[in-house]
Order: sequence, then C-alpha cells, then structure tokens
Amino acid sequence: MLESIFLFLIVAAGTGGELCVSHTMKTLGEVHDFRPSALLQFVWRAARVGWMWIGIGFMTLAFFSLLAMLSMENVSFVVPITALSYAAGAIGATLFLREKISRQRWLGVLVVCIGVTLVWLSRH
Amino acid sequence: MKDSPGLHLKTYIFLLFIVLFAPLGNVLLGKGMKTIGSARDWEPQELFNILLRILTSGYIWLGIACLLAFFVAYMLVLTWADYSYVQPASAFSYLVVAVLGLWLLGEKVNLLRWTGIAVICLGVFIVGHTHPRTTEKT
Repeated sequence: MLESIFLFLIVAAGTGGELCVSHTMKTLGEVHDFRPSALLQFVWRAARVGWMWIGIGFMTLAFFSLLAMLSMENVSFVVPITALSYAAGAIGATLFLREKISRQRWLGVLVVCIGVTLVWLSRH
Repeated sequence: MKDSPGLHLKTYIFLLFIVLFAPLGNVLLGKGMKTIGSARDWEPQELFNILLRILTSGYIWLGIACLLAFFVAYMLVLTWADYSYVQPASAFSYLVVAVLGLWLLGEKVNLLRWTGIAVICLGVFIVGHTHPRTTEKT
C-alpha cells in the first residue's frame, strides 16, 4: 500500500514538476551560448519564473518519495516502474504545453508502458 | 524549425548526458537508502532521524550531484526539443540503471525484468524516430 502511494507521488508530482519546468524553458527560449557565464545567466533568468519554483516544489516531493521507495525496493525495479510517468507526461504535454504528439510517438509511449507492466510483474 | 543535422547531433549529445547521469545518480541514491534503511513506524522522531541520516550520507550527496548534472542537461535540451520527445527518449537510462544495479549493487534482475526493460527500449526506438520539435519556436 505504502509503495503504491509513493509510486503515485513519484509519477504525479514528478510529471507535474517536469511540465512546469518545461513550460519555463519554452518561455525562456532556446540556448545558443554554452559558456559558463551565459549558462549562469540563463539559470538566473529561470529562477525568476514562478512556474520554475512550482516545478521544483513538485520535483522535491517526487524526490523524497523516490528515496522512500528506494529504501524498500531494488533500484532496478523502482526506476523502471516510474516510467509510468511517460503516459502522464504525454497527456500533460498535449493538454498543457500544446505539443502535437504524432501517432508514432503515441505508439512508442504505449510500448514503453507495456515494458513497465512487465517490470512490475517481475517483482513476484 | 529547420530539420538540420546539427539539431539532431546536439540533441543526441545531451540525451547521452541524461542517460548516463540519471541512472548513476539513482544507483547512488539506492545504495545510500539501502544503508540508511526504511521507516517502520513512520513516527515524527523516526522520520527526523532518517532525514538526518539522509542529509549526512555521502552516497546521497553524490547521487544528488549526478542528478543535478542530469537536470541541467535536461533543462537545456528542453529549450529546443519537445518534452514529449525528450522524456521517452531518455528511457535508455532504464537499461543503464538495471546494468548498474546488477554490477554495483549486486541486485538480482530476472528474465521478465530484462524483457520489460528491453520493451521499454523498443518504445524509445520508436519515439526516437519522430521529430524533436512539433511546436513553433518562441
């Protein structure tokens, strides 16, 4: 039961956090200058966007849930099953980021989810 | 955006960083948490003690450092590629995490789990043959 709750938190909070961060990155635009000073400036600009901090909050919650899961199960089990976030991510990207996901990409996400199911079944 | 070879090369280089740093970070976190142990009663005092041990664990901080490196690479790649492309494409990290779990932590990975991970990688292969960006450049 506890593991299911932590898995939900990892998937839901992790995906929510990544969507917020992705939204922030899209707002800031593409990075062309990879010098350290330019990257620091970029991080500073990102830190001034509210969505970035909401995303970090969600990702922190997901991180501590991951730690709790890792204290109970093997890393080769925990990390693959968190790929459930792929389905949540694809749906979230369509709804919130207005990304157009092709049939081929949906098929890929579906296959990934089948793989996750097999990993889950490998536990017993 | 133009479908240039440079865009794909840049994307693949950053995906490589993502695929290496994320699994290594997770394996180090797993090692740290196995050493620390899980909560039994979930009482505040016990949780506080676990938090204290987490914050003073070298494995945890090394894992966090790797995950930070992953996060920076992830943030940068998201400035030009779709989230729905980057997230599935980074799934190769699941194969790497299983290999590292087997080699470094001595975890038992059975055939069904390897099959599941292989299927995940097949999904990655399918996703990898779609264009990195489907939205207009801002």
